[in-house]
Amino acid sequence: MSLVSKDKAPAILITGASGGIGLATLIACLKENWHVFAACRDEKKLKETLASADISASDIEHHLTVLTYDVSDQEAVKQAFRQIQQSPFSLYGLVNNAGVMLDSMLGMTSLAQFEQQLLVNVTACFQHLQLASRLMTKQKQGSIINVSSVVGLDGASGQVAYSTSKAALLGMTKSAAKELAKLNIRVNAVAPGFIETPLTDAYQDEKRQAVLNNVGMKRAGTANEIAATIVHLLRSDSAYITGQCIRVDGLMTVA
Amino acid sequence: MSTNTEKLEAAFVTALDIDASAVTDDLAYNSIEQWDSTAHMILIAELEDQFDVMLDTDDIIDMSSVGKAKEILGKYELSF
Repeated sequence: MSLVSKDKAPAILITGASGGIGLATLIACLKENWHVFAACRDEKKLKETLASADISASDIEHHLTVLTYDVSDQEAVKQAFRQIQQSPFSLYGLVNNAGVMLDSMLGMTSLAQFEQQLLVNVTACFQHLQLASRLMTKQKQGSIINVSSVVGLDGASGQVAYSTSKAALLGMTKSAAKELAKLNIRVNAVAPGFIETPLTDAYQDEKRQAVLNNVGMKRAGTANEIAATIVHLLRSDSAYITGQCIRVDGLMTVA
Repeated sequence: MSTNTEKLEAAFVTALDIDASAVTDDLAYNSIEQWDSTAHMILIAELEDQFDVMLDTDDIIDMSSVGKAKEILGKYELSF
């Protein structure tokens, strides 16, 4: 089933689109023939990566608009949404994916580091959610997906700041879903487990094995597996799902 | 071509599902059943669409009446 828009062609905004889960979601959306606004900080890197991806140059040319900005720059975010508002597309989907992960024990985490986690992982998502829902209100249709984490659900030793930010996203998801349901705007979250992305590159050798020992399926997940869940939540097939958090973690137990 | 006042009136009529005659400067947020918090967000979407603007969140919070809406939209170089 495809997305439906009354007037303009529907489009999806993906933040953090140049790597990992964001890039996999971008490619999956392009393969669905949806128009994508890809938010990233480095357009050159994104286009170079896409050039070697399994996606045609024609799809990239016709279905992709790159928005280069920092998600924590509030004025730049407003400008990006203004650009979307004035485009020939109607914002149907938002994937709040951009995030930063801090590995740091409670006693070793500065307040500045904590605030940085909240700024990027929570405040920026809030602003995107707020502005996206305003654009979606006009057509009374939309699907918003916040990329949280299993550590937001379960907590994780050594990730107090990061898990706090990802838990905040779950509250944001459930509350916004309740406010927006009557406008036919859905808000859901996905909670990835240990996924092969640049964010988890630092986990090698024994550190990596220790994590995998706590995964029921005894392997890391792939960005494509998360993207598939996100695409499902964007599609109208999932039109009756809202306010939910879907774990995609191979049955992971977080230590 | 519609005047700004006509566009404003149309936005209120559509968003709040009220008669055009009810759209007076004194009409205030939460003063009638139809202008609740959800309708307010629909109204903002209609105004942004009608006037091709993106309102600041502070302006959305301050938009407490039709008269106030005209005043706020004036900041976006619109006259009534």
